[in-house]
Amino acid sequence: MSLLEIKNLHATVDGKEILKGIDLTVEAGKVHAIMGPNGSGKSTLSYVLAGREGYEVTEGTATFAGQDLLAMEPEERAAAGLFLAFQYPVEIPGVSNTTFLKEALNAVRKTRGEGPLDAMQFLKLIRARAKDLNMTEDMIKRAVNVGFSGGEKKRNEALQMAVLQPRLAILDETDSGLDIDALRIVAEGVNKLRSPDRGMLVITHYQRLLDYIVPDVVHVLAHGRIQKTGGKELAQELEAKGYAEFGVNEAA
Amino acid sequence: MTTDNTTVQALIAQASGLAPTLPGAGLPWLKDLRAAGLDRFAKLGLPTQRQEAWKFTSLRPLEKVSFGPAAESAPVSIDRIPSVLPGGPAHRMVFVDGRFRADLSQPGALPAGVVLESLGEALARDPDRVAGLLGRTATFDSHPLLALNTAFLADGLLLYVPRGVTVADPIEAVFLGTPGSAPAAWHPRLLLVAEENAEATVVEHHLGLPGATYLSNVASEVVAGPGARLHHYKIQMESLDAFHLATATAHLGRDATYDTFVLNLGARLARHEARSVLDGTGITCRVSAAYAAAGNQHTDFTTLIDHAKPHCTSREVVKGVIDGQARAVFQGKIIVRPDAQKTDGYQLNRALLLSPQAEINSKPELEIYADDVKCSHGATAGELDDDQLFYLRARGIPIDQARALLVGAFLDEAVEEVQVEVVRDHFRERLHRVLEGHR
Ligand SMILES: Nc1ncnc2c1ncn2[C@@H]1O[C@H](COP(=O)(O)OP(=O)(O)OP(=O)(O)O)[C@@H](O)[C@H]1O
Ligand SMILES: [Mg+2]
Repeated sequence: MSLLEIKNLHATVDGKEILKGIDLTVEAGKVHAIMGPNGSGKSTLSYVLAGREGYEVTEGTATFAGQDLLAMEPEERAAAGLFLAFQYPVEIPGVSNTTFLKEALNAVRKTRGEGPLDAMQFLKLIRARAKDLNMTEDMIKRAVNVGFSGGEKKRNEALQMAVLQPRLAILDETDSGLDIDALRIVAEGVNKLRSPDRGMLVITHYQRLLDYIVPDVVHVLAHGRIQKTGGKELAQELEAKGYAEFGVNEAA
Repeated sequence: MTTDNTTVQALIAQASGLAPTLPGAGLPWLKDLRAAGLDRFAKLGLPTQRQEAWKFTSLRPLEKVSFGPAAESAPVSIDRIPSVLPGGPAHRMVFVDGRFRADLSQPGALPAGVVLESLGEALARDPDRVAGLLGRTATFDSHPLLALNTAFLADGLLLYVPRGVTVADPIEAVFLGTPGSAPAAWHPRLLLVAEENAEATVVEHHLGLPGATYLSNVASEVVAGPGARLHHYKIQMESLDAFHLATATAHLGRDATYDTFVLNLGARLARHEARSVLDGTGITCRVSAAYAAAGNQHTDFTTLIDHAKPHCTSREVVKGVIDGQARAVFQGKIIVRPDAQKTDGYQLNRALLLSPQAEINSKPELEIYADDVKCSHGATAGELDDDQLFYLRARGIPIDQARALLVGAFLDEAVEEVQVEVVRDHFRERLHRVLEGHR
């Protein structure tokens, strides 16, 4: 079954066309990787899928588990099981990580028809998840991402994903900023989520992440389009040859 | 002057008529004081926007209502009135429609020498003590609302904490407005006196039942002696049809700590004016507020911090959220007198505008006559951060809840200024409930 189905998706930002006809299908149980040069539209695609304001879809469709994704509010998409791990996680002063996770989890549970977790159940859950990711109690209590290092912010994204257990996780350069140990820990967290009814869209610049999260399919996104699709060996090829083949000089 | 308007005329007529029936009417000093207040109010009328201090707040809506005296109170239940103490109040004084209700109050056990009673009771029992305490800070020569309050002076709260005595638990004063058959006005007076090295916490709860139209014109007189520590807090959740006008005048002595905070959430029109005179060295004065205004609400927080002596610290954090067509006003004046060297003053005013029609008028005013002082102030007005809002929504939090979270976090920063932990926690909780749409 296809979990995410994107057809001929065009999108503009401030009147400038960034996505120029994306076709992409992610099946349940599969991990898809997207690689591509800076500025090619990878984050734009992830934001369009998550429903961020300011990204105007001018053509095409995106369905998620059979639903018209583009017609849904961001919170509805999240509740339906779509999760975006941000390339640049946002700092929210004054809102503790605990409060944030609790509100998020209970909101998502509510749409699934499940009751809210009580304080004890919830704390037990996030403590366990945080421990898997080697996160300290202090990081859970602090304001969301405020004063977190780059790598800590990425780990915090992984924590949110582990707590919310999405059906489709879009990881936008979750590996950048992570040290070698953290990369392995976060990748393990992602792998734990892999299951026959879940899908992943992993955006990365580096083969290293894909050594841990082995993709089923690799896409090259350049100039707002999927230029090439292949197996995991495509990532190795790109690592060796760069994006010159797609008319992009990576040094530029 | 606006003495020709009907509200003013009605109030004057009402005060003259009531005078002989008010408690202590037989006491010449009190009779004279009330008469002086009435006379002054008759001359000044209600404040108008032509006066600098009222530039941004119009009392015109008040003039369309004719306020009578409060009727004898209907039976009310106060079971659901929250206390700052999780186990219920230790000391609670309840006023319904401006009148003290002994049947609903519970002064509790207090250390020897502490006086906690209604002003009405105090006038009957020990008028000389009241005479010595009244009018020490609420000078009404150029203040029409204090003059009006004085003209009607009848009830309110008296707290007297003698030298060196600490009242450990917060003293809660509840002022409840009920819907009478016609709009009514009341004018409670609070006298809060902490002598040398005394300490107390007072929490005013101003509440109104839905649909009640009234004017509550409150005057609080605060005197903190040398080394006294007085925590004076207020939560204002009047009925959305009510007018709440409060003036708190404080006189602070050497090394005193005065910590005052107002959480302004209710009323159709609310103004809190806090005037503090720092009349000794080594004083710490905090005057802060948080407010949320929506619909057609108008909320005004006006402060004067008067540094008269050297080596004092004042701190002011005022944050508010304005939605709908609501308007907010902040006027913060800090005077540093020539003598007040080494003054350390800090003022911050921040507003969040949630709708295009929402409005804030912010006027910081520093008058500094000394040369060796540290005074900083900042004012900003902004909107909710779209990136933060999207981040929360992208995690499944519905937009209204996401907004409430962000707004709550914004206002919490002001609530943090409350120095007494139980009160701080209680205010935070009340605030969040209101932001989540429960009143
Ligand atoms: N508000 C905007 N106005 C104009 N152009 C924009 C705006 N926002 C993004 N862009 C452009 O859209 C293009 C795609 O950006 P996007 O962030 O999607 O790239 P990316 O593939 O994620 O790059 P990276 O690998 O560096 O993360 C870039 O050229 C960027 O400059
Ligand atoms: Mg990107």
